[in-house]
Amino acid sequence: MPSAPRTLLDKIWDDHVVCTPSGELPLLYIDRHLVHEVTSPQAFEGLRLAGRRVRRPEATFATPDHNVPTSDRRLPIADPISKQQIDTLRANCREFGVRLFDLDDADQGIVHVIGPELGITQPGMTIVCGDSHTATHGALGSLAFGIGTSEVEHVLATQTLRQAKPKSLEVRVEGSLPPGVTAKDIVLYLIGRLSTEGGVGHVIEYTGECIRSLGMEQRMTVCNMSIEAGARAGMIAPDAVTFDYLRGRDHAPKDYDAAVARWEKLPSDPGAVYDRVEIFRAADVVPQVTWGTNPAQVTGIDAVVPDPAAFADPNDRSSAARALDYMGLAGGTKIVDIPLDRVFIGSCTNSRIEDLRAAASVIRGYRVAPSVQAMVVPGSGRVKRQAEEEGLDRVFREAGFDWREAGCSMCLGMNPDTLAPQERCASTSNRNFEGRQGKGGRTHLVSPAMAAAAAVAGHFVDVRHWQYK
Amino acid sequence: MQSFTTHTGIVAALDRANVDTDQIIPKQFLKRIERTGFGQFLFFDWRFLPDGSLNPDFELNQPPAAGASVLLARRNFGCGSSREHAPWSLADYGFRAVIAPTFADIFFNNCFQNGIVPIRLDEADVDELFKRARAAAANGGQYRLHVDLKACTVSDDAGFERSFAVDSFRRQCLLEGLDDIGLSLRHTDEIAAWEKAHGLPAVSH
Repeated sequence: MPSAPRTLLDKIWDDHVVCTPSGELPLLYIDRHLVHEVTSPQAFEGLRLAGRRVRRPEATFATPDHNVPTSDRRLPIADPISKQQIDTLRANCREFGVRLFDLDDADQGIVHVIGPELGITQPGMTIVCGDSHTATHGALGSLAFGIGTSEVEHVLATQTLRQAKPKSLEVRVEGSLPPGVTAKDIVLYLIGRLSTEGGVGHVIEYTGECIRSLGMEQRMTVCNMSIEAGARAGMIAPDAVTFDYLRGRDHAPKDYDAAVARWEKLPSDPGAVYDRVEIFRAADVVPQVTWGTNPAQVTGIDAVVPDPAAFADPNDRSSAARALDYMGLAGGTKIVDIPLDRVFIGSCTNSRIEDLRAAASVIRGYRVAPSVQAMVVPGSGRVKRQAEEEGLDRVFREAGFDWREAGCSMCLGMNPDTLAPQERCASTSNRNFEGRQGKGGRTHLVSPAMAAAAAVAGHFVDVRHWQYK
Repeated sequence: MQSFTTHTGIVAALDRANVDTDQIIPKQFLKRIERTGFGQFLFFDWRFLPDGSLNPDFELNQPPAAGASVLLARRNFGCGSSREHAPWSLADYGFRAVIAPTFADIFFNNCFQNGIVPIRLDEADVDELFKRARAAAANGGQYRLHVDLKACTVSDDAGFERSFAVDSFRRQCLLEGLDDIGLSLRHTDEIAAWEKAHGLPAVSH
């Protein structure tokens, strides 16, 4: 009897269940474990205390990214606690035999940028990291999700994770992407519709013509923000775009054609059943701007800040009122009338070469508004060098942007890159939570092109009508 | 791991939805390399004013929440970052249970590793608990709840009792305070077999 049609999630899950001991959760095998300095020290310490080792050091890759300065790398790290955390990662990687892409390594960068870039991330794999944006790697057709530090320790020791199988949610985006609308706008729009908890307990598989038409890096932007809709992970079936992207990368399989033949079997079978399906139309999406303090508090560039009283649900109403108070905004204000102090282009959502190209094409021939301080933080050393080869760094610098070293930077402001209280920032990152980019700072999430245009104008503008020079 | 069987404690009512882990423990405190000592930083930006004094408007600083060990909140508690520093700070502050209509997945899992029971109740039941907590506060008192992980119930002394669902394995680990890595290492043979079947070289140690 032929087996029942399976989803991409089913196939990866079935292939990785090591065993399901009676009365216990299944043990899921983990192919790749990515490690950074902030969520790993306590896990390595746990191993040490229990006298345990890393089961598969060669499947484990580490880099410092969250807490690293993005200014001159030749200078010592000024913050002694930050320095200790990075030194601890170094010592742990040495002791346990884990490959470290250190600060002086040409391949250092944000863990979710370097994984795909180096070919560490591959279709059909299970990938975890002590970071909620691990969903990024699902863009290549892997099952990738964030875990806590205790689970990091569990994976280090056993190369497995205790997991109940999540439910599947197909998010289908039909039609083609309208001009001037990007992957970031799509995913912000989806989060606005699904809500911050719409995906809880689910893995999202993004499907449909719009998703298929996206390049590899744009797919990463979409999957990256799955967690902001509460989803365990986001994934996109691998196809020619994926296979072309991975070919020739450092860690790509040696027998590449054989790997592709395996990967071609991964996409969901015709007739495979998802636990839930949500369908959207790309034509409905305009450039998006968040107005509140969670990513679902978002609207179109052509709209106004909503009036909290207009929300039917009491939770939504009180959240909106609280958010507007924090953001210093009044309902009814046009989005294009919101002035900005800072612009941040970077983060695991939008710091790849295509993101920088999109932003640079907007600002070429323009200057950053005098009232705005703007910075670009490339996602990795490789992205930075590629951008410099293409002359993008000059475009940014000549326009008045700071051009920095790779890291998470002002996405979460653990390093010195932070907003001052009440400073208002257009940011290509993924979270607009209170204080995320600095205590009292006000974050508006946008695409790289929208951030670049806002830097020039000093307020939000509709990039669909931008005069490119 | 710290075990949990039953607990009776004072309720802190935090009437907010989407409380994210950035609020539970702001990023400036994630640079520490220890698991302990995070309670002093819990809800830091809400709990303290810029001059470092306690913010009298924040629920945890008010008399009804003094000595609280059961946290009551609205939908999607613990959303955002995967930082286990969030449950570390809640546990270190003294919380043993969090009650909300829904939780973010990673936070929910992280709680079990740290002796905290995350309890999902219907929105209407959570509403009722907020009402009861407010009524107690209005009378100058405190509201107490009793959490029984063996029976999977939450109850008070005035007739409220609801059962809650919890994965049986996670419940067992918490009841017995089991080391789940130790449990998983019992299956090393199966793990090795999986690796062999998938063409991976054998692990030497």
